[in-house]
Amino acid sequence: MSRKTPTLSKRRKAYGIVMQTLMLGATWFTVALVVFLVLYVMIGGLPHITWEFLSTAPSYLTERIGILPDILNTVYIVLATLIFVLPLGVGAAIYLTEYATNRKVVVLIEYAAETLSGIPSIIYGLVGMLFFCQFLNMRTSLMAGALTLVIMNLPTIMRTTQESLKAVPQSYREGAFGLGAGKWRVIRTVVLPGCIDGIITGSILSVGRILGESAALLFTAGFAHAVNGLFKGLSSAGATLTVALYVYAKEQGEFDVAFGIAAILMLLTLIINLSATVVGKYFQRRKNS
Amino acid sequence: MKQSKSLKRTVERVIQTIFLLLGLATVGSVLLITVYIIISGIPAIREIGLVDFLFGKKWASTATPPSYGILPFILTSVYGTGGAILLGVPVGFLTAVYLSKVAPKRVKEIVSEAVSLLAGIPSVVYGLVGMLVLVPAIRSVFGVPDGASLLAAIIVLSVMILPSIVKVSITALDAVPEEYEQASLALGATKTETWFRVSVPAAKSGIAAAIVLGVGRAIGEAMAVMMVSGNVPNMPELFQSVRFLTTAVASEMSYSSGLQRQALFSIALVLYLFILLINAVFNMLLKGGKKQ
Repeated sequence: MSRKTPTLSKRRKAYGIVMQTLMLGATWFTVALVVFLVLYVMIGGLPHITWEFLSTAPSYLTERIGILPDILNTVYIVLATLIFVLPLGVGAAIYLTEYATNRKVVVLIEYAAETLSGIPSIIYGLVGMLFFCQFLNMRTSLMAGALTLVIMNLPTIMRTTQESLKAVPQSYREGAFGLGAGKWRVIRTVVLPGCIDGIITGSILSVGRILGESAALLFTAGFAHAVNGLFKGLSSAGATLTVALYVYAKEQGEFDVAFGIAAILMLLTLIINLSATVVGKYFQRRKNS
Repeated sequence: MKQSKSLKRTVERVIQTIFLLLGLATVGSVLLITVYIIISGIPAIREIGLVDFLFGKKWASTATPPSYGILPFILTSVYGTGGAILLGVPVGFLTAVYLSKVAPKRVKEIVSEAVSLLAGIPSVVYGLVGMLVLVPAIRSVFGVPDGASLLAAIIVLSVMILPSIVKVSITALDAVPEEYEQASLALGATKTETWFRVSVPAAKSGIAAAIVLGVGRAIGEAMAVMMVSGNVPNMPELFQSVRFLTTAVASEMSYSSGLQRQALFSIALVLYLFILLINAVFNMLLKGGKKQ
């Protein structure tokens, strides 16, 4: 702070102090908000999480509420979404970086992806209901929900894959071409292995988004709580954890159950964010070395 | 040998076409959404009349005769978003300047991580905390009969848009060339003056984009708002139960039919047009910033 010469006017000094206090205050406020949210949900929710809560279905006979079906539904919907969105998103990214020669097509696809990432989930839910549930006659089912989420997560996978493809050195491709490999072979052997990190990062981000999604699933996947196997589950209606939280809190007033689910979701969010950071750093380090 | 070469070429061409189709999936999805929203949204607007629909002050979809005016929803969404911006932007902006310019690297990393967590928390969890903390607090602090109100929604939304504002602003502030700041310091400006009078103006289109992104997030949020706003189609007032464009679509969808259902699709169309406009402004700001 040697730069602060004695000639600095009082007004300028005050300006500095006020702005710095405001900045510090805002940052502390943000951090406090996060800490409060995490602690409040954890302290309120963790006591309700018992083995029975996790491993049973709701039963009217015993008046107990278990969330096993909601956990299973969430797992099914994550799996089904990723299975469809990964090839689509990775394929689109490969097309953009490896094949596309027409500038207009590239701009069109990128503009479409930007538009998709700005559309609110309630609109996805509505179109999913109209298109998948009604037009394709899939009714309210986990599969219809998953397909809706596929469209929603497409830009995420596309973008992360594209980023990692840009980092594959051009010389690798040229080397492979020089050895007489065809385009498809180069993609399989050089390009695809190079974008693994983008695919993994994109998948983590997508899983986080799917776990947190509710508005898009309300009218596409529904709110049933039955325990099903994977394939039976995908073709029938079911609530994910978030939708179950909403129904229990808003429509049934079961705040203990809602709190328990919130704590689980918070834990999962923490894990996902942490793994995204760790994975990102790992790939960064590998790239630099 | 020749045959295998031409076979190879055919295979390559087929594969290229497959990749092209995968690439066009995004375009197809946007078209699908746009076409569906427009086709399903138009009939009710035709039947009700555009002016009566957009500027009608009364929404009573189950009354006889029903009344389908969505002005309360439009205004609630606009006020709610405006309020969230008013509360969220100063906090997010100042946090971003601190993290980008002042904070040591370690602090920046940790706080950024916390902000990402804020972005990752599901909206229903925000809704739940809002229901249990905010709604009772508003009831007792302001002495109103029901705390589920526009104010509760504004507060929840302002927290939910914080991460977008902080992250995009940080990106913009980090990208300001160091020479600008060095020149300013060399001319005798203090560090604080440099940050706010040189760095911030230099990053202004990125910061504006951050705000627009926040607007988009706020206007599109449904579940959290549904849980804390009381969900009654009143004209917006700070301590009244209100209904947003998003929650209007969500709350009646499960039991609606006929014209009522079609009117819900029309509300979605109005929301979609808002979003397209916001996206266009956002992209314009980001691209404008890059050109400079």
